[in-house]
Amino acid sequence: MLIADAFFYLFATTCVAAAFMVISARNPVHAVLFLILTFVNAAGLFILLGAEFLALILVVVYVGAVAVLFLFVVMMLDVDFAELRAGFLAYLPIGALIGLILLVELILVFGSWIITPEIAAHITTPAPPMDKVSNTEALGLILYTKYVYFFETAGVILLIAMIGAIVLTLHHKEGVKRQSIPTQVGRKRDESIEIRHVEPGQGL
Amino acid sequence: MMSVGLPHYLTLAAILFTLGIFGIFLNRKNVIVILMSIELMLLAVNINFVAFSIHLGDLVGQVFALLILTVAAAEAAIGLAIIVVYYRNRGSIAVEDINMMKG
Repeated sequence: MLIADAFFYLFATTCVAAAFMVISARNPVHAVLFLILTFVNAAGLFILLGAEFLALILVVVYVGAVAVLFLFVVMMLDVDFAELRAGFLAYLPIGALIGLILLVELILVFGSWIITPEIAAHITTPAPPMDKVSNTEALGLILYTKYVYFFETAGVILLIAMIGAIVLTLHHKEGVKRQSIPTQVGRKRDESIEIRHVEPGQGL
Repeated sequence: MMSVGLPHYLTLAAILFTLGIFGIFLNRKNVIVILMSIELMLLAVNINFVAFSIHLGDLVGQVFALLILTVAAAEAAIGLAIIVVYYRNRGSIAVEDINMMKG
């Protein structure tokens, strides 16, 4: 149990330090890289908890897709980030104050937290024992049966996001020749070829 | 030293959430870092969901965390697409310039 505790503190401190670097890094590329570090450490915490499916999803979806998307956008836009950082310190006191108040409130709430013993009656989907059924299998068993509508809704949300992102960013440049399939298919013989009688010895 | 349990994870999530809020205040001009702060806050919420799910032995928390991941990915994709379109039109992504709609 001691090794697990040590790993918790390792992952937790790295996670918090990387998250702090995300919001305070001077260069946004570094911020994205620290975001990746935060997510990898959070995945480690999920594995410690025993939620290995979510841990791997976190690595695949966040590190593999979202963070790379951020990286693309940060590198693609030619923005003067130093100018955007002007006034960085002006908001520091009010931000620190609000953050501190929020943190104290959250910790006070969590510190006095008692879970009622009646909770056992309200558990809708008890997790099967981990040595019998793995976490991934248990999640799959309920995701495709009991929560199939939620799963389908998630798929529709992703589809809408994909269509939205394509519609937003796709734009056609003026003056570029493009293939027009309806025009090609709709072409008739008499509008595309013309029979001319050429006299011998003369050009057209 | 106390053995690691639910309060540890909740405290960690609280710290991460606070860092996310703090990041929004600190980088008020940079939309990209604000989006990253929102991702941090969603991660903190996910840690809470998974910690409670494991602690109570209820799998619904993990299903919900999965749905939050989906929505977060969709939100990041749409948000970044909007930023790219905005940059193409205005040549800047400074937050205080985003006032065309006068909202």
